[in-house]
Amino acid sequence: MSVKSAEAGNKGDKVRSDCWVGLIIGDNVKGINLNLKSKVEVLYGDSIRELVYDMLKFFEIEDIEIEVIDNGALPFVLMARIEAAIRRLEIDKGKRYFPDWDYEFERTERDRFRRSRLYLPGDQPKLFLNAAIHKPDGLILDLEDSVAPPSKDSARILVRNALRSIDFKGAERMVRINQLPLGYKDLEEIIPHKVDLILIPKVEYAEQIKEIDKKVDELLKDNPDTFDPYYMPIIESAAGVLNAYEIAKSSKRIVALAIGLEDYTADIGTQRTNEGRESFFARSMIVNASKAAGIQAIDTVFSDVNDMEGLRESVIEAKSLGFDGKGCIHPRQIKVIHQAFAPTEKEIEKDRKIVLAFEDAERRGLGVVSLGSKMIDPPVVKRALRTIDIALKEGIIKEDWREEQ
Amino acid sequence: MSFDYKTEVNAAGREILVEINGEKHIPFKGVNGYRPEGRKAAPPIRSCIDYPLNGDKRVESIKEALKKCGIRDGMTISTHHHLRNGDYVANMVFDAAAGLGVKNLRWFPSASFPVHAPIVKHLENGVVHHIEGSMNGPLGDYCSTGKMKGTAILRSHGGRYQAVQDGEVHIDIAVISAPCADPFGNANGLRGPAACGLLGFALADSQYADHVIVVTDNLEPFPCIPWQIQGNYVDYVVEVESIGDPSKIVSGTTQLTKSPDRLLIAEMAAQFALEAGIVKDGFSFQAGAGGTSLAFAVFLRDIMKKNNIKARFVRGGSTKYLTEMLEEGLTDYILDGQTFDLEGVRSMRENPRHQDTSPFTSYNFHGKGNFASMLDVVVLGATEVDVGFNANVVTHSDGRLLHGIGGWQNCLFGKTVILPIPLFRDRIPVIVDEVTTLVGPGELIDVIVTERGIAINPRRQDLIDAVKGTNLPIRTIEELKQEAEKVCGGKPKKPELGKKIVAAIKWVDGTIIDVVREVK
Repeated sequence: MSVKSAEAGNKGDKVRSDCWVGLIIGDNVKGINLNLKSKVEVLYGDSIRELVYDMLKFFEIEDIEIEVIDNGALPFVLMARIEAAIRRLEIDKGKRYFPDWDYEFERTERDRFRRSRLYLPGDQPKLFLNAAIHKPDGLILDLEDSVAPPSKDSARILVRNALRSIDFKGAERMVRINQLPLGYKDLEEIIPHKVDLILIPKVEYAEQIKEIDKKVDELLKDNPDTFDPYYMPIIESAAGVLNAYEIAKSSKRIVALAIGLEDYTADIGTQRTNEGRESFFARSMIVNASKAAGIQAIDTVFSDVNDMEGLRESVIEAKSLGFDGKGCIHPRQIKVIHQAFAPTEKEIEKDRKIVLAFEDAERRGLGVVSLGSKMIDPPVVKRALRTIDIALKEGIIKEDWREEQ
Repeated sequence: MSFDYKTEVNAAGREILVEINGEKHIPFKGVNGYRPEGRKAAPPIRSCIDYPLNGDKRVESIKEALKKCGIRDGMTISTHHHLRNGDYVANMVFDAAAGLGVKNLRWFPSASFPVHAPIVKHLENGVVHHIEGSMNGPLGDYCSTGKMKGTAILRSHGGRYQAVQDGEVHIDIAVISAPCADPFGNANGLRGPAACGLLGFALADSQYADHVIVVTDNLEPFPCIPWQIQGNYVDYVVEVESIGDPSKIVSGTTQLTKSPDRLLIAEMAAQFALEAGIVKDGFSFQAGAGGTSLAFAVFLRDIMKKNNIKARFVRGGSTKYLTEMLEEGLTDYILDGQTFDLEGVRSMRENPRHQDTSPFTSYNFHGKGNFASMLDVVVLGATEVDVGFNANVVTHSDGRLLHGIGGWQNCLFGKTVILPIPLFRDRIPVIVDEVTTLVGPGELIDVIVTERGIAINPRRQDLIDAVKGTNLPIRTIEELKQEAEKVCGGKPKKPELGKKIVAAIKWVDGTIIDVVREVK
C-alpha cells in the first residue's frame, strides 16, 4: 500500500496572511476529503472551499486528503500554496493554475527613476500586500538570499502569483532570481508574467548575462504577450567590479548596475565601515562603468532600519558619487531616500533656467541651447530635465514652476 | 429555544430590545434626539455618628466588608479598571461573595479584562447573573456564545457615569481598588506598587453607591493627598497584600508601533489635521495609547515643532510621549483620563499641569457641558466602518464581542473626528457595507484615514474644501470599500448570528443604539 504526502506554506501562531497546505494520496484515499481551518471562516470559508475544489478539478485530482490551515491568506496565496504542494507531490501533470490579472500593468520606461527599490522576502506574502503604498520606485520580490533553499520552489510560485495579483501602484515590478542554474527555474516561472526587471545577483562576467539572455529569448518566444524584461546585474565581488563595464555593455536589456557591498567587502577581505573607504573604489567603478554604458548606477542597501539619519547621510553621499538609487529593506526608508535624492533649491533654480533655455531653443528650432553667453551641452540639459522631474514628483515645485522666479 | 423578545426599531433603523433583565430602556432617538427629565439619583443620607470618630474605617477583609455592607442576592457590585489586566481585586470580591453564599449579582465594572476570566466560574455557579460593562477575552466569548443568564449592557465611560447619575443603574456596593489610601478612605492612584495614575472611573460609584469599600495594598497615615477619591464617601477600608500585578497595570514604557503601514496611516492623519487647518496655536487634541493613535501624537509633535505650533491642552490616555510634549512646552496642559505608562504616572504626580480628570468632567452627556466636545481633533480606532461612516468598536466582523466602548462614543463629539484605520486586517475588510454592530453614528464621524486613501464625510464640506489642492489622497468611502473588497478577494459573507440577544449597546444619553446577537 503506497501513501504519499506533501505540504507547503506556513502555519503557527505568528503566521499572518499565509496558509499551510497538507496533501495525502494513496491507495486507500478515495474521493476528496477537505479539512479547512480558517481564521476568516465566517467571512470567506465558502469561497476558500470553492477555490480548493476548483483547483483539484483543474489538476484532475479526484482522490486526495487535503488539509488547509489558513491565517487570512489572500486567494493568490492560497492558490500558490496549494499548487506548490500539488507540484511537490508530482501530480500536477505539468499544469499551472494562474490567478486572474487583477490590475493592468504598463511597461516601465527604460530610464525611469530607480531611486528606491524595496526588497521583499519572496516567501512572506504578508509583506507583499501593502508594500506598494509606501511608494518605492521599485518593488523586488526576492527569490535569492531571503528565501531558504527548501522554500525556493514554493516562493517561486508565490512570487509568480503576486506578479499577477498585487497592485504595484506604479512601482516597477522587479524579481531577484537565484544564481544559475537555479535561476533558470526562476526565469521559467516568472518571465511569462510581465515582470519589468530582473535583478541578477553575483555577476562577475559578461558571459553570465549572455546565458540569461539566451534563456529569456527562448521564454519570450513562447510567451509573446509578456514584457521583455530589463536587467539590473548586482556586482558583489572584486572580479565583478573590474569587469563592470563589460557587464554593463553585455546586454541591451541592462538598465542599471547595482553594487552589493556585504559580499564585496567579504570578497576583498575587509569589513564594511560607516565611512566606506574600503568600497570607494568599487562604488566609483560601478558609477563610471554605468555612465560610460549609458545606464543607471544603483548603490547598495542600507541595512540599519532604525538609523534614519545614517541612511540620509548615506544617500547624500551616494548621490554625490553619481549613484541614481539606493536599495532598502524597510518601507520607512523609502521616504528618506527620496528626500535625500531630491534636488536642493539651488540645484532646482540652476536647472530650471537650463530647462527654460532648452525649451526656448526647441521652440525657436535652434540646435544649440545657450544660457546667456554659455552653451549648454546635451548631458547637462538631460540632467536638468531630470532634476525638474524629480522636484515635480516630490512636490518640491508645482506644475507652474516655469512662472516662478 | 425560542426568544420572544419584544423588539423595536430605533432611530438608527436597528432592531433593539427595550426591556432588558426586567428593566425598561429607551430606544435611540438620534444624535441629540433625547432629553432627560427629573432629578438625579441620590445615595442614602448617612451620619458620622455611625462611623469611627478617629477616622479609622479599616475592616479585616473584603468578605467582612461585604458582609458589613449587607450584601445579598441580586445586588449590584461595581469595580473599576484602573489596574487593567493586572487587577486582582474584582476576582477577590466575587470569590468572597461566593464564600458568603450570595447569588445573582450584577457585576458593574467600568471595564473587564482577560485577567477576569475566573468570573466565568461565578457566572456558571450563579454568583453572578450578568455583567454590565465591556467584555473581551474569555468573558467576551462566554457572553458572545449566549451562555450568560442575563443580557449584558455595554456603555461608554461617559454613559456609565450618566447611568449611575440618572439612577438607571443603582450600585449597592462599590469596591474601589486604590494604589494609595488612608484609613479614612481618601485614595489616589499616584503612589505605591500598583500606581496607576488616577481613579476617575470610580468617581460616580463613590458619589452614588449605597456602600463604598476602598481596597488598598499601600496604606498611608491620614491624610492621603491628593484625595482623588474622598474618604467622606467611603464606608470601609480593607488592606490586602496586593491589589494588582504592576507589570500588567501600566507598561514600563509605551512602545510605538513598528508596523510601517500603521505608521503611514498615523502620519497621513497628522498631515491631514495640519493641512485642514486644525493644527494651529491654542488647539487641542485627544489621542489614546493604541498603536496608531500614539503614532499620530508622535507625528503631530514633529509637525508642531516644525511649524512652531503650541496646543492649549491635550487629552490622554497619557504616555511618555504626551508627557514629553508637556515638558517641551508643546502643550500647556494634559487633561488625563487614564495613565498608560510609568512616565505618565510620574508626570501626573509631579507636574501640576498634568491634571487627572473623570468621566464626569470629560464625558458625561447629562451634565452642564463636557470636555470632549471642546476638542479640536480626536483620533480614534474602529473594528469596522461602513459606507455611511457608521462605526463599530465592540464586535469583531464575525459578531464576537471584542472591545469595550471606553471613551470612544463620548469623543465622537469632538469638533473633528478622525479614524485612522487599516483598509483590511489580514483578510478582513475594515470598510464594509453595513457595520455588524452600530456603536457610533456616521453623522459624528468626519474622516477615515486608511493606508490607501482618505475619505471625508460628505457632511463636512468645510473639510473637503480645506484640503482641496493638497497632495492628500482624498477618495470616496465607496472607493475605499471597493478596494478593500478587491484586495480581500470579494465581498465577505455576513456572519450568521443566532436569535438570542446577548448584549445591548447604549448611546451616550442612555438610549439603546444597537444589540449584539449570539455567535453560533
